[in-house]
Amino acid sequence: MRGLLKHRGALAGTVLLLTVLAAALLAPVLAPYDPARVPTDLAARSMRPPGREHWLGTDLLGRDLLSRILYGARVSLLVGLAVALLTAALGAGVGLLAGFYAGTIDAVFMRLTDAIMAFPTLVLAIAAVAILDQPGLLALILVLAAVQWTAVARLIRGQALSLREREFVSAAYALGARDLRILVRHLLPNCLAPLLVSTTFGVASNILAEAGLSFLGLGIQPPAVSWGSLLSEGAVYLTAKPWLVIFPGLAISLTVLGCNLAGDGLRDLLGPHPAG
Amino acid sequence: MGLLAFALRRTLQLAPVLLGLTLIVFALQALALGDPVRAAMGQRGDPEVIARIRAEYGLDAPLWAQYGRYLARLLRGDFGRSFRQQVPVADLIVERLPATLRLALAAMGLAVLLGVAAGVTAAVTHGRLADLAMMTVALVGISTPVFWLGMMLILLFAVTLGWFPISGYGEGDWRHLVLPAFTLGGLHVGYIARMTRSSLLEVLREDYLRTARAKGLREGVVLLKHGLRNAALPILTLIGIGLGDLLVGAPLTETVFAWPGLGRLLVAAAANRDLPVVLGATLLFALITVGASFLVDCCYVVADPRVRFAGGRR
Repeated sequence: MRGLLKHRGALAGTVLLLTVLAAALLAPVLAPYDPARVPTDLAARSMRPPGREHWLGTDLLGRDLLSRILYGARVSLLVGLAVALLTAALGAGVGLLAGFYAGTIDAVFMRLTDAIMAFPTLVLAIAAVAILDQPGLLALILVLAAVQWTAVARLIRGQALSLREREFVSAAYALGARDLRILVRHLLPNCLAPLLVSTTFGVASNILAEAGLSFLGLGIQPPAVSWGSLLSEGAVYLTAKPWLVIFPGLAISLTVLGCNLAGDGLRDLLGPHPAG
Repeated sequence: MGLLAFALRRTLQLAPVLLGLTLIVFALQALALGDPVRAAMGQRGDPEVIARIRAEYGLDAPLWAQYGRYLARLLRGDFGRSFRQQVPVADLIVERLPATLRLALAAMGLAVLLGVAAGVTAAVTHGRLADLAMMTVALVGISTPVFWLGMMLILLFAVTLGWFPISGYGEGDWRHLVLPAFTLGGLHVGYIARMTRSSLLEVLREDYLRTARAKGLREGVVLLKHGLRNAALPILTLIGIGLGDLLVGAPLTETVFAWPGLGRLLVAAAANRDLPVVLGATLLFALITVGASFLVDCCYVVADPRVRFAGGRR
């Protein structure tokens, strides 16, 4: 923890992330307007450029962009974090089993990850979304986790492969420990550092993936709002009303930058582990 | 072992990957079984007609038989027929592929050129202001959503400055290519710059570099012939992995710039639930990724003879 405070990049990243998280949690308090309600004086409020009343401007339906970005943060962060947690759990599970048991299990799992990793992640996600036909938030999270877990599995498998040869594992066996106990009590804790680093980077790539899908109109559907769907709505007016595109994109960039800074910092602090 | 033998053995190693990825596409197809025909026909579709179409597409046979038939059809270059447009998916892909390849190659070229240049500059000025500036830009670069970067480039260079067209293919006019290529390559410039820097910094500490300098070689020669050549492998690896990343950006970039490529074909088909087209384009993206990493592997052998003599056990 002291190291974190000394590492400038990690500190900046963590502060950035905490700020975004706080803004998302406090959206109902912070948002100056209802993000979904169309104002009664629509004609006067539609497509206002950024100004004193609406700091970041308004959209076609006169809705305050700042409020929409604050509420959008909740969906974007929720997807980013939920997918990262699922990915970490699934990746760590598969990686530990494959690395620990090696042999056939390993071969099968690794061929599976080979095959999945041959697809560009977003392409596979688009295909899955097309098949599911307008998935809801939960299905979207599951789809993203299903295409993103492979890198984590590879990483943890590598760790497990080298850890299982270590003396403390033989010692645990000699003491009569079973496989499950060794996996959970001895291997898993030793994989936590790289897992944490890759999960931090993972949040960034999940937020980007959700934004990409929603931007293409295949992710979050109205009336729900995410940063990606805000960009999707704004893209139509790019040349005439650029603020509708500039600000949601800045929100994404800053958040992803925060994750990358924090991830770089954690990697420096926790030792030389390769991470996605 | 020669390049040819190496290439041949890598091809054999590719077989399980190819089998696996066709299996995934097939599984996705099976997952959607029944629904696509109904979706294409609408809720009031005549059950008899639906049954006939299912038989026509071979959707009533057992799964393993369907997979076998699916593979056989793929080998003949038959990717199925579009539900919506009633033309072979292969025709649609062939029509769109050149635009995507052109864009991806231009983007990769730009990314390598800019990324290596920035990385070398940063490594040489290690710890000084230029290094910090380059690495900050690189970090911001990898944190920016591709499609948003594209729209910002449009605002600046097309709308405000008027240097390049806003979007479209422009029948191959190079000016139409500039902004999409920068957009798609932009993310990768950051990755390549970071990797070039760290990889070169490591090589710069080696003894043989001191030797080269002691021989009185000019700094430029030392850096490029002795430094960068030895730092090339990790960069090559990154380019190989990166092609996958690059293709992730293709659907987004092509959508932003109305670029008539494979990515836009995929997105439009996904919006229309035209599953044969979705799955065909998805499979092709995977094949391009696998093909690219194969080429990069062959480049290893050319760039570093050690790989060849190590018997390819990487």
